[in-house]
Amino acid sequence: MELSMSANEDLAKERARCDFNVSEITNILDGGIERTKQRKKIESIALSNGKCRDVTPEETLGPKERYENAIRKSCLYTKIVKDQVLTLTGLEVLGSNSSVLRRTADAFFKDISPFLLHLGMFVPTIMGQGTPEQQSYWLPRALDFQIIGTYAQTELGHGTFIRGLETTATYDPDTEEFVIHNPRLTSYKWWAGGLGKTSNYCIVVAQLYTQGKCYGIHPFIVQIRDEDTHVPLPGVRVGEIGPRMGFNTADNGFLGFDHYRIPRNHMLMKNSQVLKDGTYVKVASHSKLTYGTMVFVRVMLVNEVAFNLAKAATIAVRYSAVRRQSEKISGEPEPQILDYVTQQHKLFVCIATAHALQLSSNWLWKTFSAVLADMRGGNTENLPELHALSSCLKALSTSDSAALIEQCRLACGGHGYMLSSNLPLLYSFVTATRTYEGDYTVLLLQTARFLIKAWEQAESGKPVTPTVSYMEEAVVGNKYKWNGSAEGIIKAAYYVAAGKISSSVASIRKRMKNGKAFEDAWELTGVQLVAAAETHCRAVICDVYRKETVRLTANSSPNVKTVMDQLNMLYLSHWALERTGDLLRYTSTTEDDIISCQQRYEELLAAIRPNAVGLVDAFDFPDEILQSTLGAYDGRVYERLMEEALKSPLNAEPVNRSFHQYLKPLMQGKL
Amino acid sequence: MTKTKINADLIKERSKCTFNITELTNLIDGGAHLTEERKKREEKVLKEGIHIDQVPSEYLSHKEKYELAIKKASLMFKLLRKWQEEENTGMENYRAVLGGALGSAILEDGSPLTLHYVMFIPTLMGQGTVEQQAYWIGRAFNVDIIGTYAQTELGHGTFVRGLETTATYDPKTKEFVLHSPSLTAYKWWPGGLAHTANYCIVMAQLYTAGKCHGIHAFIVQLRDEETHMPLPGIKVGEIGAKLGMNGTNNGFLGLEHVRIPREHMLMKNAKVLEDGTYVNSPSSKLTYGTMMFVRVVLVNDMCNYMAKAVTTATRYSAVRHQSQPKPDEPEPQILDYVTQQHKLFVGIASVHAFKLSANWLWNMYNNVTAELESGDMERLPELHALSCCLKAVSTADAAQCVERCRLACGGHGYMLSSNLPTSYGLVTAACTYEGENTVLLLQTARYLVKAWQQAAGASQLTPTVAYIRRVTSGRRAPPFDSSLAGLIDAFHTVAAGKIGLCVANIEKRQKEGLSYEDAWNMTSVQLTQASEAHCRAILLLTYHEQTEMQCKNASPELREVLSQLVDLYVVYWTLQCVGDLLRFTSISERDIERLQRWYEDLLSQLRPNAVGLVDAFDIRDEILHSALGAYDGRVYERLMEEALKSPLNAEPVNRSFHQYLKPLMQGKL
Repeated sequence: MELSMSANEDLAKERARCDFNVSEITNILDGGIERTKQRKKIESIALSNGKCRDVTPEETLGPKERYENAIRKSCLYTKIVKDQVLTLTGLEVLGSNSSVLRRTADAFFKDISPFLLHLGMFVPTIMGQGTPEQQSYWLPRALDFQIIGTYAQTELGHGTFIRGLETTATYDPDTEEFVIHNPRLTSYKWWAGGLGKTSNYCIVVAQLYTQGKCYGIHPFIVQIRDEDTHVPLPGVRVGEIGPRMGFNTADNGFLGFDHYRIPRNHMLMKNSQVLKDGTYVKVASHSKLTYGTMVFVRVMLVNEVAFNLAKAATIAVRYSAVRRQSEKISGEPEPQILDYVTQQHKLFVCIATAHALQLSSNWLWKTFSAVLADMRGGNTENLPELHALSSCLKALSTSDSAALIEQCRLACGGHGYMLSSNLPLLYSFVTATRTYEGDYTVLLLQTARFLIKAWEQAESGKPVTPTVSYMEEAVVGNKYKWNGSAEGIIKAAYYVAAGKISSSVASIRKRMKNGKAFEDAWELTGVQLVAAAETHCRAVICDVYRKETVRLTANSSPNVKTVMDQLNMLYLSHWALERTGDLLRYTSTTEDDIISCQQRYEELLAAIRPNAVGLVDAFDFPDEILQSTLGAYDGRVYERLMEEALKSPLNAEPVNRSFHQYLKPLMQGKL
Repeated sequence: MTKTKINADLIKERSKCTFNITELTNLIDGGAHLTEERKKREEKVLKEGIHIDQVPSEYLSHKEKYELAIKKASLMFKLLRKWQEEENTGMENYRAVLGGALGSAILEDGSPLTLHYVMFIPTLMGQGTVEQQAYWIGRAFNVDIIGTYAQTELGHGTFVRGLETTATYDPKTKEFVLHSPSLTAYKWWPGGLAHTANYCIVMAQLYTAGKCHGIHAFIVQLRDEETHMPLPGIKVGEIGAKLGMNGTNNGFLGLEHVRIPREHMLMKNAKVLEDGTYVNSPSSKLTYGTMMFVRVVLVNDMCNYMAKAVTTATRYSAVRHQSQPKPDEPEPQILDYVTQQHKLFVGIASVHAFKLSANWLWNMYNNVTAELESGDMERLPELHALSCCLKAVSTADAAQCVERCRLACGGHGYMLSSNLPTSYGLVTAACTYEGENTVLLLQTARYLVKAWQQAAGASQLTPTVAYIRRVTSGRRAPPFDSSLAGLIDAFHTVAAGKIGLCVANIEKRQKEGLSYEDAWNMTSVQLTQASEAHCRAILLLTYHEQTEMQCKNASPELREVLSQLVDLYVVYWTLQCVGDLLRFTSISERDIERLQRWYEDLLSQLRPNAVGLVDAFDIRDEILHSALGAYDGRVYERLMEEALKSPLNAEPVNRSFHQYLKPLMQGKL
């Protein structure tokens, strides 16, 4: 079979009709032309040697072979990063460049590297919670990959509720050691990436006991495997937890200790210490300082899901420009499916959401840096707001991205179901982020707590923090009059949030009046509280997306300004139409307003249509990172599908041995 | 590390249950005798042990998975053939054992022989002449040959008329020449096509006497019966790994001027005579039957997967404890959190709602086909429209339900050993196959728009769309009635309102100069929504009415819990669609607040019966196949047991340490 090598004509046409400068938007999304240049440089170093390519598609291997392949590539990739990329950027900017590293890593790992938590959690925890001496001992070894570590907190029976962890670390002053122990099966560490077969060190979070008293959970550095032989040390029971929906090369593991002893100075002691005699000393307010790492991880997560959503949108939009289907008008050629308004409805909001989330992540990062600076000056006032914000943003961005990636996959019909489209993997990866690092529902309830408190303050006329300042106006009780402008929609969204928070407060109060304890009243109102926190977060995203769009395109060319504004309006109208019930309940929006909003939305779809391919091209994904038969830049969709299929080991032989073993005997009645 | 008793929390839950679980099981099965029959069949199949894997299939490579699937499927067919000889129950046994719940216990990720009995044999029966049936069906039933059905092409799915494969009649040799003119014409997707089937029904554009007569079905031999080698001109292979269904051996097929005898065209409905003359089909409506059947089966399948998922998630939520809402109290079961109940209970109700609706549609179809014999085809388009939207809404809801259950199990739901990801893979596939959901909703919308115009023109409306007249007649909306019947009624008002808006929009756009097709396309987002609203109204009404009928002779305790479930379902959807109700009915803010409260009360009322309700689905552990959902609730023990089966855990150090990790750490890589 001859497979054509020429690029798809429809895509060429689409690119010709794009009316804005694609690289201008690329630069905006990267954060400036200089950053685009640096990203491309890193990408070319990491990808140019071709080591990221698999001969046999990873998904046709068994889990064990996949793991081995992932270790091979992790080592090669690490060497490239260590030898070449780090000399380019320097270690100090590794943090702010980690999203770039993520991009290139995606070319190596369709799934995920077993080393992810080494730089993602092991190193940052030592930086954040180790004393200067501990840092100088551990960090050079870790950064040079002389040791490989991970971070084990979650247990088989305990995730969300950290105080409930069962692993114990009991101090023995006689030997000046901690004894780490897992009293039962539910206390086994479970989930940590790289823990199963890869890491030889691990930060273990355990309940600290000393002088007969429990001081809550603390981090300990524990060696789990011999540095030379890699064999688990006596008293350590470690292994992998078995196949998962995604993350199948992450080497997630379990870990149990049987009265396992570690030296006293393996407890990370920046924030609290256990002295030689067993005295417990608290150095700093523990809870507030650990917020830092948590918020940092969430900012990264929002960025990461935005990035993955952008990939899905790129794949689905390009495929929709190549795929033709049905006869809209009898006798005419089959149109590109991108011409169907239902398809535009599914895809364009994905492009807009990728922008919205990425800009929100950048904004959250800036807010976070400011709060961090305040904290160094001793001011922790803004911390609760930041925490509430990062909680709901993490929840909403992960769930929106997961839902929209799935929407992209379904929009590609059956071909989206092929792993070679990469859409199923993107989904399995992003949907995991909904439950890890704080479950969706739990996080929104945390934000709800902050909102309820803020509402009570606003009610009593006290000042509230910036992101909830809308409450001051809403608490008066007037209904907001809808106007279709961007600012009007955002304001309406804030009024909706205020309305839902107020309803939740009323529900709780009513239940308490009927004799319920606050906790029970809170619990019974849980469904409404989650919804209230979600609308608050939606309003914040709409607001931030709008303001950042205006700010970032202030000096852009007119056409870029226009298309960015259209995308933003599309996002706002989309959510207004999704939430008509809320608008009708909590603002004075009318049926006519909704009808005109719907019409506006449909007009925006039509306006964006000619620029759709240009907009996804602006995400600027090299094919190696996109890893998709449906989404490659050249649009050779069908050729690539076939090329990938032919790589299947099953296709290497015309007749599989199972024919002789089973099928033939069955058909001949001899089985 | 292992204990073998039943989890104490589950025992407590079961003792709290207020109704008789077996009574509900019987009701779901359709009678005590049917429950018994099902259980007997399950026992008979499972005692063979075909479902037991030494190494769980998720630890195998893609190729090994296929080989395991062939082994199990072959043993299953052998068993079926034996029964066929003993009992001669025909398709019944096939359907019961291979389809639905029991089949998934043996081949949890699809079977390469499914299309043999789901499509190959039924197509022979439906479209073959009597002679053709006599020749082929016996061999197929006996599995002397294995077939599949190839319609979809690499470049063509939904739009069947656009298929590119051609079958050109050559009167000189009295043969058809089958050909794939381009890469996009390659058949792509059929299960079992890659390395399993040796025959295939190929759908192709029929050309004879220089004219194209559209899509027809042809039987093509793909592989030598003895050596299994692909025959000359046949390019066949597998399409690669997928999100799910990795046991189904989906394949591609290219034909290079492959010649087959004239009699290999299935000629019940249309014929090509020896001289090449084409004789047309008597009626195109005859194929409705298969499609309706397949959709009803599909909706029932969706119910099975939802039932499995809610069983797993509900039992797990009874076993799992988390957090401390009140200081110093023990961690509560997560099933006690209202947010968790909100995620799960509507899923339990959905199983009942869709199951009853599928049965209702099937019965109605059978009544109508009885009329069909007498030439009355009036209601076929109505039923077609219903089956389209019911397929779309049920598959979409089921995918959402399964995924919601998975997420409700937190991280552990992400483990394949929970079986929730695999179930999702199977269910979400149904959103795009057998009619892509958006396309189907738009088909229903076409019917609804037509019905609207009929209503406006005062002609007779078919029963399921009769409600439209309420709105077209311009009657004022009555004051809002927030009883159950009132809410269901409100959904009909919403549906009618949405259809009306669509019609107005299309007309407006036409007036502005757009063609009807373009106006339709511009309005299509709203059209899909109108279609969904129509389906929701029908679902709520049917669920309510059918439950009343079903419960006539049930015990008061059971009746109470089943009517709570109906209430929950209706109120849940009312709150989901509150924007629509505000737009199209006279519902007030106070009504909404009351409904929210009603909903929360229903969750509390259903809470003590939650485990009983899922127990009543009566899914055996072998079928559930879930570390989180087993009857005994040994959640953590099973998770660990499954993990320890991993081949990676068989050795303390993997070889990649010596090959890569150690050299890296020592700076020698």
